[in-house]
Amino acid sequence: MSSESIDLSRSGNDVGSLGDRIARYAFFSCAFVTVLTTLAIILVLVNGAVGFFREATLVELLGGTLSADSAAGGLETLREGLAVQVTITEFLLGTNWSPLIEPTSYGVLPLVWGTLVVTVGSALVAIPVGTLTAIYLSEYADESVRRTLKPILEILAGIPTIVYGFFALSFITPTILQPLFPQTGTFNAASAAIVVGIMIIPMVSSLSEDAMSSVPDSLRNAAYGLGATKFEVSTQVVVPSSLSGILAAYVLALSRAIGETMAVALAMGMLPQITTNPLEEMQTMTSYMVQVGISDVSVGSIQYQSLFAVGLTLFAITFTMNVLSIWVRSQYREEYQ
Amino acid sequence: MSDETSDRRNGLRSTLASIGPGRGRFAIGNLLSTNSETTGMTANSGESETVGTPESEQTPAGIDSAAGDMPSSDRPLGTPRVDDAIIEARNLEVFYGDTQALHNIHMDIPEKQVTALIGPSGCGKSTFLRSINRMNDLIDVARVEGDLYFHGKNIYDEDVDPVALRRKIGMVFQKPNPFPKSIFDNVAYGLRVQGKDDNVEEQVYTALERAALLEEVEDQLDESGLDLSGGQQQRLCIARAIATDPEVILMDEPASALDPVATSKIEDLVEELAQEYTVAIVTHNMQQAARISDKTAVFLTGGHLVEFDDTNKIFENPQSDRVEDYITGKFG
Repeated sequence: MSSESIDLSRSGNDVGSLGDRIARYAFFSCAFVTVLTTLAIILVLVNGAVGFFREATLVELLGGTLSADSAAGGLETLREGLAVQVTITEFLLGTNWSPLIEPTSYGVLPLVWGTLVVTVGSALVAIPVGTLTAIYLSEYADESVRRTLKPILEILAGIPTIVYGFFALSFITPTILQPLFPQTGTFNAASAAIVVGIMIIPMVSSLSEDAMSSVPDSLRNAAYGLGATKFEVSTQVVVPSSLSGILAAYVLALSRAIGETMAVALAMGMLPQITTNPLEEMQTMTSYMVQVGISDVSVGSIQYQSLFAVGLTLFAITFTMNVLSIWVRSQYREEYQ
Repeated sequence: MSDETSDRRNGLRSTLASIGPGRGRFAIGNLLSTNSETTGMTANSGESETVGTPESEQTPAGIDSAAGDMPSSDRPLGTPRVDDAIIEARNLEVFYGDTQALHNIHMDIPEKQVTALIGPSGCGKSTFLRSINRMNDLIDVARVEGDLYFHGKNIYDEDVDPVALRRKIGMVFQKPNPFPKSIFDNVAYGLRVQGKDDNVEEQVYTALERAALLEEVEDQLDESGLDLSGGQQQRLCIARAIATDPEVILMDEPASALDPVATSKIEDLVEELAQEYTVAIVTHNMQQAARISDKTAVFLTGGHLVEFDDTNKIFENPQSDRVEDYITGKFG
C-alpha cells in the first residue's frame, strides 16, 4: 500500500471548473437562441394579426391603454383599438381575396386553395417518384450505385428555389404543358405543382430511405427464407414495416411544399381565385406575401397587417404538419425494438 | 373483440377439429406424452455422454462400413455417410471476400431425421446451414464453390431459382424475427407469398397447432406477433416456416436467445417435427445436440467438418481426438 496520499481536493486551481461552467452557459445560450427566435416570430405574427382583425395591434393596445391619462381614457382607447376591422369569420370563410383593389375583401380561402393545389399537385409528383426511388436505393441498388445516386439527389435539394421557379416558367410551361394543353396560361398552377414536386423528391426519398434502411435485416431474411422474391420483400415487408417513417417523410416534405415561396410566386402567378383548372393562374399564401412585401403598401395599413394574418395562418398549418409528423414517427418507434 | 371475429374463430375451431384425426400425431394428447418423455431426458442431461435418441439406434446401412475409414485427424471427411440423404454436399467451399469460411465439405443430411451441426463460434456451421437454402446469396461478398445436391439436383446450377428452392427448404433464425404484423398474418405470410392461400385460415390453425402454440394464442390472433414472449415468438417463426409445408427446415441456433423452459419447448418441437420434416439444426449447446439429434456433424475452427456420424457415436466414442476434446469441454 502506498503511503503517499493523493490530493484530490479542489485546490486553488479553479480554472477548470469555471471554464466548464462558462462553456455550459455558452452552449445553453446558443441552444436558447432558436427557442427565443421561435417565440419572437410567434409574437410578431400574433401582434400583427391582431392589428389586422382589430383597429390596433397588440402592442399599440397595451401601450395606448397604459399611457392614457385616466383610467376612463385608457378604457376608451382600448375600446377604440378593439373595434373590429375584419371579422375572423370573413377572413377564414370568405371566398374573395381582394386586398389591394376597392372594394376590398379579405376572404383567405382563395389563397388557401392555391396552396392546397400546389401541395396536392406536388404530392402527386413527389410521393410516387420519391418512394420508388427510396425503395430502389434501399433494397435494389448496389453499394456503388447508391454512392453515386444519393449525392445527385442531394444536388437536386441544393438548387435555389428561385431557379426552380425559372425552370417552370421557361421550360415546363412552354415546352411541356403548352404543347399538350394549348389553353395553358403563362402562369399556371400545374407547372408550379410539378416543379415543387421535383423539388421535394429528395426529401421524400432520403427520409423514406432512412426509414427503410432501419428495418432490421432479420425481417428481410425471414421473408426470403419463406421464398419471397425481392419485390415481395420490398413491398410486403420493408415498406409496411417502415410505413410510419415513410409517412412522416411525406408530411415533412408536404409542409415544405406548403411553405415554398419563390418557385410558386414565379410560376403560378398572382391571381387569387378558386378554380379546379390547374392550368389557370392562382395565388398561394406565400406568393401573396411576396406580392405585398415588394409592393408599396404603407406600414400600418390594413394591407400591410394582412401579411401577418396570412403568415399566422401559414404558420399554423405548417406547425400542425410538423406536429403530425412527430406523432406519426413516434407511432413507428414502438413497432420493433 | 367483435362477435363476428369470434364466430369466425369458432367456425374454424370446428373445421380444425374435423381435420384433427387425419393428423393424429399432432393431437394434443400425443404432444403431451412426448413432452413428458423428453422432460425425463432433459433431467438426465448432465450425463450428456450417455444420452442418445432412440431413433439413432437404427443405423442406416452403409454407415457402419463408412465409419471404418473415419479420419482421426482434421483431415476433411471424404465419404458421404448416409443412404437416405435428401441433401448431399460435395466439396462445398464458401468464401466471404478473401476469407474462406468452409473448406471442402462432404456431408449428407438424411431425410426425416434431425441432423445437428455443432462446433465452436466461427467454425462455419451457420455458413453451411445458410448455403443449403442459398441464403448466402443475399450477402454481397459471399461466394460458393462446389456442389450441393437437394434430391439429387445441384442447387448451385444456373437454372435453379433460389426463391423456388427456399419454398422447399424453410428456415428458422437465431433471433425470433416475427414480422410487425398480426400473429395470424405472420403465419399466413408464406402461404400468401407462395400462392398456397386457398384455405389460409385452416392452414394457419394447423401450423400453429403443430408448432404447439395454438392453445396459447388462439384468442389473440389479431394482435401483433411482437407482443408475444421470446419463446412464443420463436414458435411463431417455426409455425410460419412449417405453414407452407417445406421438406427441410433449417434452424440456426433457434433456442440460443431463449430461457431454459422455452428452450425445452423448442427441443420437444424439433423432435416432433422430424417425424414429418428433415431438420438441420445449428447449435452451440452440446447437450441440446445430444438430446434431439439423430446425426451430428462437428465443425472445428477454420471451417472444417471434422466428424459426422450418429449422434450417440459422436458423443460416446468420437474418432477424432480434437472432437473428443471439444465435446468434453477441453476447448471451444
